[in-house]
Amino acid sequence: MTLKNIVISNLRRRKARAIFVLAGLLIGVATVVGLMSLVREMKNDINHKLEMYGANILIVPKTENLSLTYGGMSLGGVSFDMQELHEEEVIKIKTIKNAANVAAVGPMVLGLVTVAGRRGLLAGVDFAEMEILRPWWNVRGEIPLHQDGILLGADAARLRGLKQGDIVQLRGRALPVTGILEKTGSQDDGLVFAPLRLAQDILGKTGRISIVEVAALCTGCPIPEMVRQISAVLPSGTVTAIQQVVKGRMETIGHFQKFSYGVSTLVLLVGCLMVLVTMMGSVRERTVEIGIFRAMGFRKSHVLRIILLEAGIIAAVAGIVGYFLGWGATRLLFPLFSEGQGHGTISLDPVMAVAAILASIMLGITASLYPALMASQLDPNEALRAL
Amino acid sequence: MRDINTENIVKRYGTGANLVTAIGGVTLGITAGEFVAIMGESGSGKSTLLSMLGGLNAPTSGSLSVDGVDIYALASDERADFRQRSIGFVFQNFNLLPYLTIAENVMLPLAIVGMSKKKKLTAAIDALARVGLAEKAARLPNQISGGEQERVAIARAIVNKPPIILADEPTGNLDTHTGAEIMKLLTALNQDGITVIMVTHSNEYALYTRRRVKLADGLLADEDGEVCFPVARATGQG
Repeated sequence: MTLKNIVISNLRRRKARAIFVLAGLLIGVATVVGLMSLVREMKNDINHKLEMYGANILIVPKTENLSLTYGGMSLGGVSFDMQELHEEEVIKIKTIKNAANVAAVGPMVLGLVTVAGRRGLLAGVDFAEMEILRPWWNVRGEIPLHQDGILLGADAARLRGLKQGDIVQLRGRALPVTGILEKTGSQDDGLVFAPLRLAQDILGKTGRISIVEVAALCTGCPIPEMVRQISAVLPSGTVTAIQQVVKGRMETIGHFQKFSYGVSTLVLLVGCLMVLVTMMGSVRERTVEIGIFRAMGFRKSHVLRIILLEAGIIAAVAGIVGYFLGWGATRLLFPLFSEGQGHGTISLDPVMAVAAILASIMLGITASLYPALMASQLDPNEALRAL
Repeated sequence: MRDINTENIVKRYGTGANLVTAIGGVTLGITAGEFVAIMGESGSGKSTLLSMLGGLNAPTSGSLSVDGVDIYALASDERADFRQRSIGFVFQNFNLLPYLTIAENVMLPLAIVGMSKKKKLTAAIDALARVGLAEKAARLPNQISGGEQERVAIARAIVNKPPIILADEPTGNLDTHTGAEIMKLLTALNQDGITVIMVTHSNEYALYTRRRVKLADGLLADEDGEVCFPVARATGQG
């Protein structure tokens, strides 16, 4: 027989009261866990979708010449006789502090060429990286990943009357058209794409790069911070963030996060009040019992420990059950917030589970502190006279 | 062994027009090993005096010492320790915790003592054997009779081997036969050297004790109800 035995036996007998306290904390913990999990999963979802959006950072050489636009974006000073970036500089992007957040780095060399009697822009690209940077590309035929060949934009092919399998002459080289892009609605439709090395050879720009596109996934770091880091390692380039879409989505999540914190605080407050009121009732109901304890020689601190231990045990159970309830609710609700995506991806988070349990215990004990102090301060003689 | 001495103790409740004097100034000496009955009509102050003797109810004035130690000069925790070591309470309503088994109820005073679980259980079974209920150790209070519950309350009072037992109307809720059994049990404990102070309004049960102190209106009186205040220290046998 110890204080713990007294507490456990009492909890077993007064199940209804224990369940009431449990429910108060459980709803609070489940709500907080559910909302926080939802926000986290929505952020993960956004990150995942960022890959779909393609590049969100553009790097162009510093220039004071005329500016061109690319994909509706101002590229600063891209001109055909400008000073260009060097490949060895581009590699440095992989060394920045947030390199782990860089999903793809797509160097591109640009130059004017004549294909099938028409002048056009030749873009030398790393096709492997382009799969991440242009996930929306649909190619009839093949991308010239492992061979020399060209990929034509939809308009570039139509205007020249070229189709997959045709051979074109490009500055004295005979190259097959391996594939044709379906219409994208972007400037890609008018371009002739070739593997980076081949394009550099054709354009006489070995080792040089005109533009670099970067896909950065940035939950833990803001895009401006990534821009700053890249600018630091590429002093000869102008780094520009394409933030509009991401920022908009992130702001929406930010608002939802703030709303979640507000709701969580409110629910926890109500939960704590439920614990407080229930524990006060419990102490009043147990006045005689506390008088008996004190008559037997229990110190005030023993009574305090009994009440707080009781609250702590209930709160721990509420933390465990509340975590799983919140997690389950997130699994059910998340598809509604992510257009049916990611249902199976919500995993148990041990850190959040431990945090939920500890927070629940802390709240349970804090809310029970006043009733516990009240119990410990009961005059034993008055308590026994309540018989 | 513990001698108990009170020095003109007074207990008042309330203030102004609501001031009630429960104990008006009692000087009393009880020698270790005595079996004393505190008697009186309802409202005479006998339960108040008992709770004061048990360190539960501080006097408004006067002093109360056990073996020369003024227990109300002790800090709250020290007084709690004193109760744990020296006093066993037996309540009129048994006051067993309904969610604990008989053995667990008896072990209750040992919950705050640094003893092994086995030793605590052995002590509880020994105390239950002393009151003849060892075989019912695993039952719950609502599974035994009122007389048995009172015996469990006595077992709980003696489990930590206190030198003093304070019993408040231990036979109040029992029939005559069961009440007599409880009185025999208290007599046997007294014969083992335990000081037993019992509050009762029953002359019949008071005859089991060796000394009877009668209270009237919060003051000591002799057995025919004559107030003998202020009284010299009473030490004689009843």
